[in-house]
Amino acid sequence: MSIQTQTPQTPQGDVQRSRLEDVEGVVLSRVRPTTGRPALLLALGALVLAVVLRLGLDMHVALALVLSFVGYLGAVYAVYRHLGGPRVAVDQVLRALVYFAFVCAIVPLASLLWTVVAQGAGRAFDPSFLNQTMNGVTGLHDQDYAEGVGPFVGGAYHAIVGTLIITGLATLISVPIGLFTAIYLVEYGGRNPLSRWIRFFVDVMTGIPSIVAGLFAFALFVQLFGPRDAKMGIAGAIALSVLMIPTVVRNSEEMLRIVPNELREASLALGVPQWRTIAKVVLPTAASGLASGITLAIARVIGETAPLLVAIGYARGLSLNAFEGPMNTLAVYAYYMFTKPLSPAVREPSLERAWAAALLLVLIVVALNLLARLIAKMFAPKTGR
Amino acid sequence: MNAPATRRARSSSTAVRRPGDILFNGASLGSAVLILLILAGVAFFLVMEAVPALTAPAEEISGGEGFFAYVWPLVFGTVVASVIAMLLGTPVAIGIALFVSHYAPRRLGNGIGFVIDLLAAVPSVVFGMWGMAVFAPRLGPLYEWLSQNLGWIPIFGDASATGRTLMTASIVLAVMILPIITSVSREVFLQTPRLHEEAALALGATKWEMIRTAVLPFGMPGVIGGTMLGLGRALGETMAVAIILAPGVFSWNFIGAGNATIPAEIALNFPEAAGLRLSELIAAGLVLFVITLAVNLFARWIVDRRAEFSGAN
Repeated sequence: MSIQTQTPQTPQGDVQRSRLEDVEGVVLSRVRPTTGRPALLLALGALVLAVVLRLGLDMHVALALVLSFVGYLGAVYAVYRHLGGPRVAVDQVLRALVYFAFVCAIVPLASLLWTVVAQGAGRAFDPSFLNQTMNGVTGLHDQDYAEGVGPFVGGAYHAIVGTLIITGLATLISVPIGLFTAIYLVEYGGRNPLSRWIRFFVDVMTGIPSIVAGLFAFALFVQLFGPRDAKMGIAGAIALSVLMIPTVVRNSEEMLRIVPNELREASLALGVPQWRTIAKVVLPTAASGLASGITLAIARVIGETAPLLVAIGYARGLSLNAFEGPMNTLAVYAYYMFTKPLSPAVREPSLERAWAAALLLVLIVVALNLLARLIAKMFAPKTGR
Repeated sequence: MNAPATRRARSSSTAVRRPGDILFNGASLGSAVLILLILAGVAFFLVMEAVPALTAPAEEISGGEGFFAYVWPLVFGTVVASVIAMLLGTPVAIGIALFVSHYAPRRLGNGIGFVIDLLAAVPSVVFGMWGMAVFAPRLGPLYEWLSQNLGWIPIFGDASATGRTLMTASIVLAVMILPIITSVSREVFLQTPRLHEEAALALGATKWEMIRTAVLPFGMPGVIGGTMLGLGRALGETMAVAIILAPGVFSWNFIGAGNATIPAEIALNFPEAAGLRLSELIAAGLVLFVITLAVNLFARWIVDRRAEFSGAN
């Protein structure tokens, strides 16, 4: 080693150069090993390969994509290993995998949204669809429509009304219970054993499968009213509350917890009783967060199908009384129209109704999510400064 | 004049009790206890309605061989579908979370984060309709290919032409649980201490090495917790499976006809069920409840245990 460094003549440059090449990641190439250009070129190549496999060899799309992606990973590794050594190569391969994961997820989700919009938009905003119920509509009407001799009849008015009533009732039940539980956990309970147990059981409740919540509501109403009359709107609302309460508790607890303690202490120090401190200081400070959390909880349960399928039955006509007889909601309506078309021979009109209901449902969910964001942003407490 | 005030202050160490206080305290304590009662009620009423099926003579249960013989293929289908969904979904979800937190520009990342949260709220019936109408038909030819070329693996038996198989249901479930796992993972990845990341980079780590040594160890408990949440959702997911899967008897062949899951079985049969059949389905629901409960408790245990080892916080 010492000999090498002591021979100062011509070979020295070469020796140093080869030593530097041993150090991984050191830039000797004219192309920076971290540059994206080779990766982009290779990606283009992989795309061409995928197209060739698909069209030339008539391979399945998924298979062609997977094969060319594997090829791409190999090529990226080889090229970057040559440019910057194995560590750079691994880094680039992992980068490719992360981007691929992202694309992997975006494709089905984009396809889902596109399908719902494309299939549902034709009927969802049709006034007659929004104003009619399915009362008296049979497969014969659908056949007439398909043959062009009858109008398109039957709509989702009853389902829209049912969705609003049942979700509204569920909100009325869960918000007070959830909010007061959160107040107990943050303001009164602190870290005592009861609140530890409640936190634990709220976690357990979050994990209840939605259909089990529906079964619970049904079993409860069977005990109260007998198996024949057990299916009614309020049973659905109770099933939804079981799913909604834990969400409300968790969101609200988080929001109450970030209210600064100084505010409480200042209020208490002025001699304000604790309940007034909570009602006039803590809750208003957290109001925007609480409202947005509750909106998100509503958005989560408004599209529930399984518990309602079990608990409220299936109504064809308008039913405004949640305490007697079956009702309908958009999600249940979409499910029945999709899986059990009115006329098995002419499925199209029923599918159209199903997709329209699905689109309305998605729009409601998106609107609620945006509303929650808006509330959180607009009514956020001013932070002073 | 002074005496009563001081005595009162001494007698209650915290604050003066007023009617409003008692009311507020009572209401919040009451709601807290009510939650416990609701949970107890769920267990109680399910058991009550399930007892007839559990105690009925074996030949009266569907299938004629008792409740256990009836329910185990359903349990198998449920667990397999959820586990496949979890195995497919978790790596992708971690990838997206890393993309959002460490690869994409901040602004784009926030936008994507919002879209992903939104997708977590898309109703499952919509996922089911999409899976049935768009996804399943596309997978048919792929199953054909798998069956022809990898047929020696037991799970790739005779292919179903419609694509309405357990595998399709699992893939759709994987898409459905993606947003949940992603949003939890993204949240913890974003909380990685900046100093850890910068220290790793300063020592010459590449981006991936930084992620492997600083971000992933820090976020692991969160990722596991998110995965278990996703598994819990997949286990209880009803509508997507009920719409997509053409139910059948137990089979090792996941790309052909056959198999069913507990929630789908309940949803498909409940509207027309009566008498003992009703009780059977409720008992199956009880089994599902127990399974998800076990998964959730296990998840909590893992998260708690890992939290102790995580030196970061």
